[in-house]
Amino acid sequence: MINRRTVIVVAALAATILTTPVCAQDKSIVVSSTTSTQDSGLFGYILPLFKEKTGIDVKVIAQGTGQALDTGRRGDSDVVFVHAKSAEEKFLAEGEGVKRHPVMYNDFVLIGPKSDPASIKGMKDVAKALKTIKDKQADFISRGDRSGTHIAELTLWNKDAGIDIDKEKGPWYKSIGQGMGAALNTAEASNGYVLSDRGTWLSFKNKGDLQILVEGDKRLFNQYGVMLVNPAKHPNVKKELGQAFVDWLISPEGQKAIANYKINGEQLFYPNASDPSA
Amino acid sequence: MRAAASDLPLMFVEASIVAREVTILDRVTLTVTSGAPTILIGPNGSGKTTLLRAAMGLTPLSSGRITWGGRNTETPSKSAIMFQRPTMLRRTAAANVRYALAAANVPRGQREEEAAELLALVGLGELGSRPARRLSGGEQQRLALARALARDPAVLFLDEPTASLDPYSTKAIEDIVRAVSARGVKVVMSTHDIGQAKRLAGDVVLLHRGRLIESTRAPEFFVTPHTEEARKFIAGELLV
Amino acid sequence: MTGDMTALQLVLTGDPGLFAIVRLSLLISLSAVLLAALVGVPVGALLALTRFRGREVPIVVLNALMGLPPVVVGLAIFLLLSRSGPLGSWGILFTPQAMVIAQTVLVAPIIAALTRQTVEDLWVEYRDELAAMDVGPGRRIMTLIWDARFSLVTALLAGFGRAAAEVGAIIIVGGNIEGFTRTMTTAIALETSKGDLPLAVGLGLILIFIVILINAMAWAIRHAGERYAG
Repeated sequence: MINRRTVIVVAALAATILTTPVCAQDKSIVVSSTTSTQDSGLFGYILPLFKEKTGIDVKVIAQGTGQALDTGRRGDSDVVFVHAKSAEEKFLAEGEGVKRHPVMYNDFVLIGPKSDPASIKGMKDVAKALKTIKDKQADFISRGDRSGTHIAELTLWNKDAGIDIDKEKGPWYKSIGQGMGAALNTAEASNGYVLSDRGTWLSFKNKGDLQILVEGDKRLFNQYGVMLVNPAKHPNVKKELGQAFVDWLISPEGQKAIANYKINGEQLFYPNASDPSA
Repeated sequence: MRAAASDLPLMFVEASIVAREVTILDRVTLTVTSGAPTILIGPNGSGKTTLLRAAMGLTPLSSGRITWGGRNTETPSKSAIMFQRPTMLRRTAAANVRYALAAANVPRGQREEEAAELLALVGLGELGSRPARRLSGGEQQRLALARALARDPAVLFLDEPTASLDPYSTKAIEDIVRAVSARGVKVVMSTHDIGQAKRLAGDVVLLHRGRLIESTRAPEFFVTPHTEEARKFIAGELLV
Repeated sequence: MTGDMTALQLVLTGDPGLFAIVRLSLLISLSAVLLAALVGVPVGALLALTRFRGREVPIVVLNALMGLPPVVVGLAIFLLLSRSGPLGSWGILFTPQAMVIAQTVLVAPIIAALTRQTVEDLWVEYRDELAAMDVGPGRRIMTLIWDARFSLVTALLAGFGRAAAEVGAIIIVGGNIEGFTRTMTTAIALETSKGDLPLAVGLGLILIFIVILINAMAWAIRHAGERYAG
């Protein structure tokens, strides 16, 4: 019977649900990071270890690098953990972050179909491989989302291969504006080439005919950095808890955890917090 | 009994209702006193329904006034109306009556008992727990009557209550009307059935095109009508 | 929740990760519908029963709001709740509470518009009788809402269906955080983009099942309503 009493009970229930988080603020931080890092499964491995040690819940918002940094700029995250050094340094220069610490690196791989229309398999020079793809007008999928991967891809075209990709692209160059998984899906569906981070590739379940065609070129290395969002600019930032996370990532314990993360027995990330030039 | 001495007479004084340039009531002047039922007759569209609704305060007058007991007042709470096609509330028959009792401010504890009495009065005693919308036409009409009576009215308005009913149900309603009238409730009822008017009337009021044609005591009206229209109507001719 | 297992295995083994996602989805959408009803039913009823100049305007606006694009609502709430936004001090961005708010905003116009329609239709039926019984405005609203309850519950179920099916608003304000703000729809979006199609399909089937269940309930309620109230 829907009488007055029922309505009040229901309203109270709804109110409780709405207000619980205010009570459950407790020990948690928001970390904005990238979809490729999330998709690699690294967080699923290391965050429980961090929680066990410190009791802090880490909530990861996975976006493209550009968006992740913007989230930090709005003060909506406490820590930013991305892999685009120039963008990170710009972030610092704007006063949005406190200090940048290198954490680890992984590498990118150039993926393509088994049929390899551009015949780039086994090339050691990734710039040459990209040039060949362009010359042959083979389908290439770009993330196009300002992510670290996207920025790395653009750097490879513009700086390393000497191709002004924005001007010289054609219908063969497909910019999809989405994450790594979507890009891989698109490549698989259209037999195209795509640049991917190794972690996402290893855990990707829809490989189909795709395989790694080019790897190992030093220019394919991908450096990660972590920064605490500047509490002076954003008073709501949880600075002690956030700093605890940063400190743990670069501590011997955190670095060891990162190195221990493997997919199918293969290590994905190489900790290098001790490398000042990284 | 019920008719508080101050509620009646009900008087229409030059009451008119005009809507969108159509005159529905045309300067009706009429006095309704306590006693035997007052029956409104006349062809369709003559204004019978509107007159009843106006008395209940449901339709405002364009000009003129309606007074109760000689005062310019709103419709007293001790009046009730039963519509030609009554709407059943979406609940059981008994719940419909209980609702009317609640609206009439009958205390909660008494409602169930009084509802049962009213249902018995209108011959629906066994059907209290049936959804009202699943009653037959005649049963719904009787339920509407029970709802009206729940208000313990001094004046009871009935708008063609048996227009769509079979003779059995018609007789049932007429019996209730007589019983209620005998207990002192003033009944004002419209009908287009001359036979029914003859059976029930104390006073007869003939309306035609919104105008009051004639208002006379029953035996006299049917034997020696004063107006030509009344004579024609009684003879069964179409009043145009 | 290991992506390698098919969705069926996950359901049968009672995988806690999967059920946490389903539970969160239901909790958020149910809360949103309840809150939306608390706001929408009175607003709809009042709009049905009051007469004022320009009454058609709020009615048209309400009907238009039923078609609010979820992503737009998500964006608006996001801007409000962001720490650099006006309500940033509440600190509820990227939490289930923000998701409830976004879905409430989406669903309330639906409930209000459907309530208005239902109550107005019933009012047309009941008007004379209630006036004849001298029923005051307060009791009038209660009577109409109560007598229309079966249709109103159907409206609530429609609202719930809309809330449970949407992803645009909650993925923006919730951030799709694993174990915290990930629901069936946001998980499907994520797993699809990761290429874990079997899991996405499995979640989709569960979601479809829930939608069918809701529609069955709506039918049953209407049926019961007709049987009971005629």
